[in-house]
Amino acid sequence: MDGRLRSLTAAKHRVTIKGVKDGLVFVLDDTCPFADVVDELRHKMETTHQQILTGPVIRVHVKLGAREVSEEQKEEIRRIIGRRGNLLVQSIQSSEPPGAGARMGGSNIKVMSGIVRSGQTITHDGDLLYLGDVNPGGAIICSGDIYVMGALRGMAHAGMTGNEHAIIAASHLRPTQLRIASVISRPPDEWNVDDEDTYMEFAYIRDGKMEIDKIHRLHRVKSGNNAGNRPEFA
Amino acid sequence: MGEAIVITSGKGGVGKTTTSANVGTALALQGKKVCMVDTDIGLRNLDVIMGLENRIIFDLVDVAEGRCRVAQALIKDKRFDELYLLPAAQTKDKDAVSPERVKEIILELKNDFEFVIIDCPAGIEQGFKNAVAGADKAIVVTTPENAAVRDADRIIGLLENSNIRSPKLIINRIRPHMIKNGEMLDVEEICSVLAIDLLGLVPDDEHVIKAANSGEPTVMNPNSRAAIAYRNIARRMLGDTVPLMPLEEKRSFMKNIRKLFRIG
Repeated sequence: MDGRLRSLTAAKHRVTIKGVKDGLVFVLDDTCPFADVVDELRHKMETTHQQILTGPVIRVHVKLGAREVSEEQKEEIRRIIGRRGNLLVQSIQSSEPPGAGARMGGSNIKVMSGIVRSGQTITHDGDLLYLGDVNPGGAIICSGDIYVMGALRGMAHAGMTGNEHAIIAASHLRPTQLRIASVISRPPDEWNVDDEDTYMEFAYIRDGKMEIDKIHRLHRVKSGNNAGNRPEFA
Repeated sequence: MGEAIVITSGKGGVGKTTTSANVGTALALQGKKVCMVDTDIGLRNLDVIMGLENRIIFDLVDVAEGRCRVAQALIKDKRFDELYLLPAAQTKDKDAVSPERVKEIILELKNDFEFVIIDCPAGIEQGFKNAVAGADKAIVVTTPENAAVRDADRIIGLLENSNIRSPKLIINRIRPHMIKNGEMLDVEEICSVLAIDLLGLVPDDEHVIKAANSGEPTVMNPNSRAAIAYRNIARRMLGDTVPLMPLEEKRSFMKNIRKLFRIG
């Protein structure tokens, strides 16, 4: 065994093989570079686990964790495992639909600052924290949540790609129009907003309609989202 | 080397040309060497407001197309020591000049003048692009109306994209009693939306219309409140610290005092 392989085995396993009732699950670590995973997978298939992985046809499910891979990379995994004739790759899956995993972890939040003036549009794939005002005639469009630390006087469209769990929050929520997924709403006739208050507020969708609430109730809505449920209020 | 300041608003009819004429004149009254450039080709007005219409021989398009030198097209306002106007053409349209050519002309003027005041046409098309091409700074004019503020906001965004940093704001045609009754946007509200430095407030004043029709800039009339506002703006542009004028008219203040005494 050369030095490189020893260091591989000494470190945390990047490829874990588990038996389940209809076959085997290969869990590939999602925190290291893809090349390392491939190296270790190849090593396990061809040397260390050669003995166990022979015999009758076994179904294999590959789990990638939060890692997102390209079609070529999937093909490479298939090729390495498929080299043992008895292993049949049934599925290669990431734990979350693309994008969603990173969003829930909060790591995909983008921070921007400035003023979105009339005629200007900011688009972002993911969540956006905007430090500054959005003026009437200006727009923020995001596939995720929108948080505005400032006055939202223009238009905001959260969950642009159809995510109904997206929310729009602003220090001063006085928009010309709000959109979440395909729901469009406008003040003031549709919401009960007290013009005097200066609480930070947010908008979300409940039962297909847009609702406005004070920011301290946000965690209820968001925790509902993470569990994959509709937000519910007592 | 002087500086070129474009006066713009997006929306029409908010007082760009009136502001250009009065700010230019006020700077000249302060002893500065000023040239006003009208870039509103096809709809020129600055010459009318200044009362110099009948003295136009060459215009901006003639200069741009090389039919005359810049100095030949300049009209000297004889009421002041150093106030000149480069008028726009009335027969052509905005496409008659290119931003590059305007930039060259403005650069030439900056060598001879301390201030080059560029009067911008309404809109955000070719005329706007021509007007801002040679400018170092910008003054955005708005009125206390939603539509004007919306357009001013759009213009500020475009100015920032064209590398004119931190434009200054003039709020024109303020009617104090309407603001007091909540029927007009108030100054603080406008400033918080537009988020740029306030250069001055100009009250709505009938003198302005009278002066424009007679071809004498309002600034020359010391009895007009708008004139004082424009003089203050010019002083602020020169670096003086001039407090904002109280919006309420003095007369009502005196009335209050009289009232007080009567009570006493």
